[in-house]
Parts: sequence; structure tokens; C-alpha cells
Amino acid sequence: MLALYLRDLKLAVRAGGGALIGLLFFFSVIAVIPFAVGPDLALLSRIGPAVLWIGALLATLIGLDRLFQAEREDGSLDLLLIQDMPLVVTVLVKCLAHWTASVLPLVALSPVMGLMLNVEARALGAAALTLLAGSPAITFIGAAGAAIAVSLPRGGLLVPVLVLPLAVPVLIFGVSATYAAVTDPQPFLPPFLILVALMLFFAVIGPLAAAAALRQAAD
Amino acid sequence: MNGTRGGMISGLANPTRFLALVGRVVPVLAGITAVLFIIGLWLAFTTEGDYQQGDTVRIMYIHVPAAWLAMMCYMVMAAAALGTLVWRHPLADVAHKAAAPIGAAFTFLALVTGSLWGKPMWGAWWVWDARLTSVLVLFLMYLGIIALHRAIDEPARAARLAAILILVGVVNIPIIKFSVDWWNTLHQPASVLRIGGPTIDPEFLWPLLVMAFAYTFAFFTMHFAAMRNEILRRRVSAMRKVAASRIGAGTVERVS
Repeated sequence: MLALYLRDLKLAVRAGGGALIGLLFFFSVIAVIPFAVGPDLALLSRIGPAVLWIGALLATLIGLDRLFQAEREDGSLDLLLIQDMPLVVTVLVKCLAHWTASVLPLVALSPVMGLMLNVEARALGAAALTLLAGSPAITFIGAAGAAIAVSLPRGGLLVPVLVLPLAVPVLIFGVSATYAAVTDPQPFLPPFLILVALMLFFAVIGPLAAAAALRQAAD
Repeated sequence: MNGTRGGMISGLANPTRFLALVGRVVPVLAGITAVLFIIGLWLAFTTEGDYQQGDTVRIMYIHVPAAWLAMMCYMVMAAAALGTLVWRHPLADVAHKAAAPIGAAFTFLALVTGSLWGKPMWGAWWVWDARLTSVLVLFLMYLGIIALHRAIDEPARAARLAAILILVGVVNIPIIKFSVDWWNTLHQPASVLRIGGPTIDPEFLWPLLVMAFAYTFAFFTMHFAAMRNEILRRRVSAMRKVAASRIGAGTVERVS
């Protein structure tokens, strides 16, 4: 399993891997927002954490269709299906590798992006922390979407459509926890713990659904 | 049919028997639906308006049952999805495929009537409160499921993949149901289906309940009819494939 994890990690960061594309996409989304809403620093500072979350959500979804696609194309997906290890575990490991390669750099970059949006220091930390806790949930739930769409021609476009509605609770609690850290009367911990709970919940449901979908796709 | 429930269901597994049953049941259901709608709408338009909301309260009799049915339809789809994945039952495939557009329509109706009600009550066509937003998400999920069904040619595989998506999406239903209790937003909290009995005045409750039954029967009428159409559509497509392969094999010169 460690070998699979390292293999996926290497594939993702090497040429043509797509880990960098997600990062660039995140950067582009963040850069486009000030052009759309205007260079009002007060406004940007207010919506900054939410923009960070939306950017991270979209960037995560962009890379997801590749999660099983390349392996289906070169046939190694069938090998993963017939090996002894339960498919759920394989999917979970692949999700974690994808998250480490494509999403973790994005989380690390989010404070820098936040600075460009004039987000204050506490909110920067809170946004990075909530992204760290919440983005695996998006990857897990997205894996289910990617597995469902793997056998479709041009399934790449369908993945965000299928996954976005399911990712809404994660977005809600991620952003509300971030804002709770900045505004005083609201406590940070309850929404943050719900976010963590959602992440753990999707860590179970996502790989289960993805494994089931992969088996159907292989039939 | 040997009287037991399992026996009945496996008996219905035969689509021909199901079609015969649907042929008998749908007219009855349609009749009950029509009667309930006549009574419900008559009650809805003759009972007094609310002292605060005036006549706009009557939107409730269209809006609230539509929202209930939008959720119930999803639960019917989830049950059918289980049937698809666990028992690989072909009728379950047909059931959740046929239910998705109906559910989308109920959700759309709930959103539109809610918007029409929101304008005079809240002063805005659309408010991003928890209930509205989560129902909008439900609408998007219905559209995603329909899109997935359309994207795959092979019906059996489409049904199994859609079933997985439906079951994953079930997490949204409790969020919709409890959104008004968890988040203190503009939408009023539950007043009919709540612990401790309904808080709504009986004068409004009766038309609402009749309308809810009318909607429920309308749903089952449409659902059975849509299932019948889907089965017939599959038969036609299967026959076409057989005919096409015969042409390919050169045994038949022309069809039709």
C-alpha cells in the first residue's frame, strides 16, 4: 500500500501529472476574483476566506477526473481490481496520495493567496486550518464521482457536476468555521468539529462508493 | 403469487406481470388523485386567509406538499437504488430512473412557489437561507442523476452507477429536513411533522393534508406511468437491436 501511495505521488508530481495544474488553477481563480469584484481592499478582506475556499474546492475538483482515468486507459485499474487487498483500501490510499500531491500544496499556498486578498492574519490561519481539515472530504467525495464517471466518454465534465452538490456541506462548515475564528462572539470549535466529522464521514462513504462504482465500471 | 411479500415482489419481477398490474392500477390512482385535488383545491380556496399573510397563505397548499414530495421522491429513489445494488432487480433500475425527472419537477415547483411566496413575505424573490439553499442543492442532485442516466447507453450499468450516486446523495436529505432547526434562518421551523404534534391551526392543516395526499397519489400515478413507459421504451430498443443485427446478418432485407 505504501508502494502504491509513493507510486501515485511520483506520477502526480512528474511531468504530465496534473498536480501543478490544480495549483495554477487555484491561483487563477484567486487572481480573477479582484478583477470581478473590484480592487476594494475592505471588501476583498471580508470575502477573502470564502474566495479561498471556493478556489480550493474548484481546484480540487479539476484534478479529480484523473484519479482513475489514466489507470483505466493503461489497464492497471484491472490489476488493482483483482489484487488481494480490498478495493476500498486501495481507493483510500489513492485518495490520500492524490490529496498529498494535488491538494496539500494548495492548502499550503492558501495563506499567501490570502495575503493578496488582504485577509487578516487570524483568518489566514483559520482558512488554512479549515482547508486542511475539509479538503480531504472533497477528495473522498470526489473520488466517488470520479469512479462513477470513469467509464464515460468525456466523463471529466460530469465529475464536478455530480460532486459539487455533495460538497456543499463541507463548504458551508469550512467557511463558517473560518468566519467564526475572526468574528468574536461565535465559537470556532463547533463548526470546525462538524467539518472534521464530515471529513471522517466522507472518508468512509467516498471510498466505499468509489470502490462499488469501479467494480460496476469494470463489468 | 404465494401471498408472502417476497413472493409478490419476485412475482412482479416479471415486467409483463408488472405492466399488467400497472395497467389496472394507474387509472384507479389517477382517479383518486383527481378527486383529492378537487377536494384539496376547493378547501384551499374556500378556507379563510391568514390574518397576517392574507390570501398569499394559499401558496402554502401548493408549495409545502411539493417540497415534501421532493424529499419523498428521493427516498423512493434511494430505496430503489438499494434494490438495484443489492438484488440487481431490473424493476428497481426502472423505478429510480423514472422517479428522477418527477422528483426534479416537484423540487422545481417547490422552489418556484417558494420564490413567489417569498416575494410578498420576505421582500425578495430569493434568499440564501438554509432551507432554500439545501433544496436547490437537491434540485442540482436530481439534474446530476438525470445527466448520469443519459450519459450511459447501457441501461443496466447506468442504473447501477446512478444507484451509487443516489445513495451517496442521501446525506443531503436530513440536512434539508433539519436545516431550519439547525440554522436559525428566515424560513419558518417545522410546524406539521414535529415532535409534540403540529403547531399549525387545524383550519390550515386540513387543506394542507388533503393536498399532501393528492400530491402523493399524483406522484405514484406518474411514477407507475413513467415506469411503464421506460419498460416499453427498453423493449422497443431491444427489438430494434435484434432487427438491426438481423439486417447485419443478412437474414432480413428490410424492417417495416
